[in-house]
Amino acid sequence: MTYTALSLTLIFVLIPLLLSKVLKLGLEKDTMIATIRSIIQLLAVGYILKFVFETGSIIYILLMVALMIFTATLNARKKGAGIRGITWKIASTLVVVEVVTQGVLLGFGIIPATAQYIIPISGMLIGNSMVLSILFLNRFTAEITSHQDEIELILSLGGTPKQAIHRQLISAIKASMIPTIESQKTIGLVQLPGMMSGQIIGGADPIQAVQFQLLIIFALLTTATLSSIMIGFLSYPVLFNERMQIIENK
Amino acid sequence: MKTLYEPAIHFQQVSFSVNNKAILKTITGSIPKGKITTLVGPSGAGKTTLLKMCNGLLTPTNGHIFIDDQPIATYEPTTLRRQVGIALQSAPMIAGTVFDNLALPRSLQGKALTQQEASQFLRDVGLDDSFLQRSITELSGGQRQKVSIARTLINHSSILLLDEITSALDRQSVQDIEALIVTLNKKYNVTMIWITHNLQQALTIGHYTWVMMDGELIETGQSSLLDAPNNPRVAEFVQGVNA
Repeated sequence: MTYTALSLTLIFVLIPLLLSKVLKLGLEKDTMIATIRSIIQLLAVGYILKFVFETGSIIYILLMVALMIFTATLNARKKGAGIRGITWKIASTLVVVEVVTQGVLLGFGIIPATAQYIIPISGMLIGNSMVLSILFLNRFTAEITSHQDEIELILSLGGTPKQAIHRQLISAIKASMIPTIESQKTIGLVQLPGMMSGQIIGGADPIQAVQFQLLIIFALLTTATLSSIMIGFLSYPVLFNERMQIIENK
Repeated sequence: MKTLYEPAIHFQQVSFSVNNKAILKTITGSIPKGKITTLVGPSGAGKTTLLKMCNGLLTPTNGHIFIDDQPIATYEPTTLRRQVGIALQSAPMIAGTVFDNLALPRSLQGKALTQQEASQFLRDVGLDDSFLQRSITELSGGQRQKVSIARTLINHSSILLLDEITSALDRQSVQDIEALIVTLNKKYNVTMIWITHNLQQALTIGHYTWVMMDGELIETGQSSLLDAPNNPRVAEFVQGVNA
């Protein structure tokens, strides 16, 4: 794509800006910030990736993955601000997700051990895991707030914290996983996934693009399951003290 | 503290604060074993907080609570909560049927409750078998409270804490529950602490009464104290309720 063509795509930024102005939506500033940030961030990533791909150094690959996990953790932890130690819980989850999925992909030789494969796939998996963590934490904290009486009831009858929180935990895990499962049911029918579309536009064989997309959606199922379950089981114990009482300032 | 009766629960200088706000202030006293002690006082007096401490849902900020002469802190929490049952004012339920709720205390211990046992517990609180498979969403406030009480009985606790359990019930249901509480107390020697706003109920059902105000224990004694309180604040409270 030429820079002229790329510049013309800013028309898609002008349309929401104009509509926001006309309809007094007040989104002009946010739209501008989002546009400028995406240009700077993506260009920076583009140059960094170019550098890393050219050097092919494992250290740079690991640094890129670490940076992704760090940024994703900072973003997701806001949703679990009331849960003690949430930062390391999210970070641990993302590390496990990355190790398990890349372990399978590289261990079985499904993808070549090169930066061109590891970094983009890590980005997709860690990004998905971050969204799942945010969805889980949103739902989990809401479930606890709305079912505090029920949790206290089970404790009062002699239940353990795990028994008391079980229903809320399962409900939040399921709720956070549903979007991933549902979107996969209609994949290819309603929307063509971004990575596959990108490969096809880039001139790749559609069948090969589909194969890589399948690899990603299967891996996403594991990241979704691992993320919700790990965050859930790491988070609930800190909601209770050693006397099996609810800590009020969750 | 020396008492004329064997205490089931003893409070020694018990205080409780939340964010430096005192909810309970140095409560000292004993709850007699095998008797019904009513807890009365205006809203916000700290009555529910005191009950929750006995069940281990809350821990005193200062002071000690003894259950059967043993410090509450030495009990394993789940053991304590099965020994000291509590029926909460809001009668919280888990989603499902009445049977699911009755079976809950047993299922928490990995045990099952039979239909016959569930029916018996329901009959004890004045509900028939037809309620067993009803969804809890179909219950009236009074029926819900009865199921809550029946569920509390399933652990066969030696101490029962009742938090305004009859406040949402109709007259007939109140009489049923009062009769049930008296029967349980007499038949099984269950120690009861019953929070009530109904002073007549405290007089007729309770053996002893504690009057609490602003987090303090103002007056204790046999329930007849409500007929002739020694403390002027209690006298004013009783007069206000009866007016």
